[in-house]
Amino acid sequence: MLGWELPPHNSGGLGVACFQLCKSLASNKMDIDFIVPYEADHSIDFMNVIPAIPQGVDSILKSGIAYDSYKYIYSNGKVKDFNIIDQYHAYSFAASKIAETREFDVVHAHDWLTFRAALLIKQKTDCPIILHVHSVESDRSGSEDGNPMVKEIEETAMLMADVIIAVSNHTKNKIISDYNIPENKIKVVHNSIDVIAQDNNSLVNSYEFLKYMKSRGYKVVANIGRLTVQKGLPNFLKAARRVIDVNPKTYFLIVGSGEQYHELVDLAAELNISDKVIFTEFQRGQQWRDAFKIADLFVMPSVSEPFGLTPLEAIAFGTPSLVSKQSGVSEVFKNCLKVDFWDIDEMSNLIASSISSDALLEELSNRAYDEYRVMSWQDSTDKLMNLYRHHKTLAEAAR
Amino acid sequence: MNDKKSIVLYLHVHQPFRIRHYTVFDTAINSDYFDSAFDSKASNEAVLKKVTAKSYIPTNTILLRLLNRYPEFRFSISITGTILEQMEKWAPEALRSFQELVATGRVEIVAETYHHSLAFFYSMSEFETQVQMHEDKINQLFGIMPQVFRNTELAYNNELAKWAEAKGYKGILAEGWDPVLGWRNPNFVYRPTGTENIALLLKNYKLSDDLAFRFSDTNWSEWPLTASTYSHWLSETKDVNNINLFMDYETFGEHQWADSGIFDFLEHLPAEWLKNTQHDFKTVSEVIDSSPPVDEINVEHTVTWADTERDLSAWLGNPMQNSAINNLYSLTEKVHETDDLSLIEDWRKLQTSDHFYYMCTKYFNDGDIHAYFSPYDSPYEAHMNFMNAYRDILYRINRKGIDTDG
Repeated sequence: MLGWELPPHNSGGLGVACFQLCKSLASNKMDIDFIVPYEADHSIDFMNVIPAIPQGVDSILKSGIAYDSYKYIYSNGKVKDFNIIDQYHAYSFAASKIAETREFDVVHAHDWLTFRAALLIKQKTDCPIILHVHSVESDRSGSEDGNPMVKEIEETAMLMADVIIAVSNHTKNKIISDYNIPENKIKVVHNSIDVIAQDNNSLVNSYEFLKYMKSRGYKVVANIGRLTVQKGLPNFLKAARRVIDVNPKTYFLIVGSGEQYHELVDLAAELNISDKVIFTEFQRGQQWRDAFKIADLFVMPSVSEPFGLTPLEAIAFGTPSLVSKQSGVSEVFKNCLKVDFWDIDEMSNLIASSISSDALLEELSNRAYDEYRVMSWQDSTDKLMNLYRHHKTLAEAAR
Repeated sequence: MNDKKSIVLYLHVHQPFRIRHYTVFDTAINSDYFDSAFDSKASNEAVLKKVTAKSYIPTNTILLRLLNRYPEFRFSISITGTILEQMEKWAPEALRSFQELVATGRVEIVAETYHHSLAFFYSMSEFETQVQMHEDKINQLFGIMPQVFRNTELAYNNELAKWAEAKGYKGILAEGWDPVLGWRNPNFVYRPTGTENIALLLKNYKLSDDLAFRFSDTNWSEWPLTASTYSHWLSETKDVNNINLFMDYETFGEHQWADSGIFDFLEHLPAEWLKNTQHDFKTVSEVIDSSPPVDEINVEHTVTWADTERDLSAWLGNPMQNSAINNLYSLTEKVHETDDLSLIEDWRKLQTSDHFYYMCTKYFNDGDIHAYFSPYDSPYEAHMNFMNAYRDILYRINRKGIDTDG
């Protein structure tokens, strides 16, 4: 398997999805080599996590959070920083080199950064390649345009792939409309989530101010995620303005970092709601968990969200969600509120109306938790293993 | 005892005033809760016109033909104030067709609340007012006075029976649910516990649901069901005085579509049944008049005709439903203080049980019947819509100088 990140060294949902999916595959007796572009301890025992380190390099360390940079430490003592594009090239060759030394039936690659490596391996070994699309460039850029180089990589790789896995119908439709890939080559395998019992009764919360204001009858609406165009946060702030108009006792908590940070802070000021919008930077651990817990409603207003794990993470903490209809998770998660990302009127109506009914928040939370409780990766794993078997058989027949 | 075996067919006709997509930004600005655009799923006019064309008109045409053809044919209906208002406004031809049926003298109308509400469980005075309003409306449009009572959703218990007896009704309808019946069957006239002068008729839900729910189910072992087979089942049923077939009127043409053969079935049922001279049809009053109660039925906990639970949980089963209805009835006294008839009427239209049914989450995951009949995407949206309208009522009361906090 070719991947770009695994927890705890992940910047977002991609690493979490890869980790949980592989864990489920491993529990179904799949042998997995997982090649990542950096060296780190993941404390993973169910598969081999292999760093893609070229000859002459001692170590590759990952630094930065969102779209990271990589520190190469050479055998001769030199140190050099690679940006994401350098690293993409280096990974492609290093990973395909490693593949020469391993035995495997299928190559399964996650997102564009690993696609070229997959193509190189196919050239050398003629083994089937499965491309797993967690997002396409038009999702990430929040527009039709995006980076032309990335689009070229995605298009070429998808044309060459034996089969493409999309994490939602939303993503499948994007692949078809962006790249004209024949529909029958794309299989939808929805993401899921490993159910973890969270301690939702703790009285301590990192957001002491919000806790205090809640005791005075205020409500907290949160978004947790990267601050990028894809995530649709300007509409969320405009909706926040309208919510505060009708319900001044509302705070908005925005947890995350990203290139839109300053633009969003400016917008909040322009809308004259800076006092009610709290920006924290990217958080991990307790602060991350407490943000979900302190919220009465979690909002994922994404312009385009291939899957979108955060609403499922939120309900693990008992917090119900409003999600955009342009998200994969809205295809599988029933007990949440749904809205078109562009419909600011309705977004503000749903936020204001829902937080004014404790009965609704309670029922929505309970029903959503019932749904969450029975989620598992097994269905997705079964689909994948069938694909593996099928393409292995086809490849053997062709030899 | 009745000397014949009788079919007691009773059909319930109702449509609610659905709340339009009514947002927090409408509250305290617009009070047009029930005015949806015609192309919206919540358009009362559009739904009424659709059901009129698919169900009311074709069914009434058949029923009138049957009444003219078979002097023995007769049945009962209940028809709510809310749908009568809608018919007067948007489908006068449907109203006329019901009036024609009743004019034959062989179609009985059953009493109920005007607004198809659950007021009995929340406000006795409001409940009685709505029953009176319904009686007035029926008298005005059909020229008759109902003799037998049914509560919304057949929600029934001993206390309701005592109330109906005190009001002079000769009978009352309820679900023939097995735990209520014990070893008895629903095919006789009974006496409610604690009463002396009122009869209880219990729905035979197995035979009723064969038509109302299973008729078009191609996976059902008895599909396709013909009038002659069904009539044969009824004849073969032992220990019978009267077979109470109670169902929604919309069974014909709306729940069961025309292409299922339901209209053919209806058209042929009387002929099949009346082949045996020991068979007849009776209205609810007729069967009560001809058959004294055989035993007493004790119903301490409310029984309804909905879902597998047969309780009120389809309307009052979750916190959203309970908070919505409790909030609404908490305004009872204050809303009357306003003396504003249109405000009071809007408040009453919000009492219609359908609003609470749309908020049911019991089976939301399975996408079942609750979802099918809802004009909203989810029970949560139903609740938010309702609460925004409720707050507008609250606002209007306060604007009249009546402090709802006081």
